[in-house]
Amino acid sequence: MLNLLSLSFLSSCDSPRPWGLYFQDSATPQMEGLVELHDNIMFYLVIILFGSPISHKYLNHALILILIAFPSFKLLYLMDEVSDPAIYQYPDFLNTEDEFIEFDSYLVPESDLEEGALRMLEVDNRVIIPELTHVRFIITAADVIHSFACPALGIKCDAYPGRLNQVSVLINREGVFYGLTEQWPKL
Amino acid sequence: MSDDRETKPFKFVTAGFDARFPNQNQTKHCWQNYVDYHKCILAKGEDFAPCRQFFLAYRSLCPSAWCERWDDQREKGTFPTRLDQ
Repeated sequence: MLNLLSLSFLSSCDSPRPWGLYFQDSATPQMEGLVELHDNIMFYLVIILFGSPISHKYLNHALILILIAFPSFKLLYLMDEVSDPAIYQYPDFLNTEDEFIEFDSYLVPESDLEEGALRMLEVDNRVIIPELTHVRFIITAADVIHSFACPALGIKCDAYPGRLNQVSVLINREGVFYGLTEQWPKL
Repeated sequence: MSDDRETKPFKFVTAGFDARFPNQNQTKHCWQNYVDYHKCILAKGEDFAPCRQFFLAYRSLCPSAWCERWDDQREKGTFPTRLDQ
C-alpha cells in the first residue's frame, strides 16, 4: 500500500501511474488549457448534481451548455493554431551538407524490460526535443490507422497511411514524456 | 556510451509555415514542394539556389518512403504530374 502511495504521489507524474485518477502533469500550454477546461466543466457538473433548488432554477441547461461550449471552442481553436515552427519533423532534419537525421524507435518488449521501466511505454530510442521551442510533429502511418498521443503534452492525433497530420507543441519544461500508441510510425 | 564518439555541430534547416497549408493535413504541403522542386530544377538546373527552398521543405515534410516512390515514378515516367510545364 505504501509502495502504491509513493508511486502515486512521489514519483514523476509524466507517465501513467497506478490509481491515477487525474491528468498527468502538463508540460505544454495546450495541456494547461485542457486541464483548466476539465476543471471548469466539472465545477458546473457538481453544481448541477448537488446544487440547491436555486441553482436548478436559474442555471438552466442552455446557460450551462454555453458556459461549457465557449471555453471549449476557444481552447479548440487556440490548440489548432499553427505557429511557425523553429524546428519540426524529427526524422528528416537536414543540414547544409544534405545530411539528415533519421532513426527508428521501437517499444521495448516486455521480456527485455528493466526493473522500474514502464510496460508498453518504454522505447529503445527516445526522441529528444528542445523545450521552449515550437515543435511540429508530422504524423503518418505505414500500414493501417494508428494514433499518436502524448497525454503530458496534450496531443492526440490519428495517423493515417497516405496522409500527413501535424500537431504543434511548445514544451515548457524538461522531462520524459511517454506517448501512447500502438506503434510509432516513422519515428 | 563511449567518450571517443565523434560529435560535430549540426545546423538544422527546415521550412517554415506556409499560408497555403494552414490545416492539420499537411499531405499537399509535402506534395506541392516535391513537385515544385522538380519543376524548378528541370527549368533552372540542379544548381539554381532558390530551388533549394523547395528541397528543404519537401525533404523535411515527406516521409522518405514517399519520396523514393515518387523518384521511381519519375524515372519510369509514370509520375502523375507533368513537371515540364
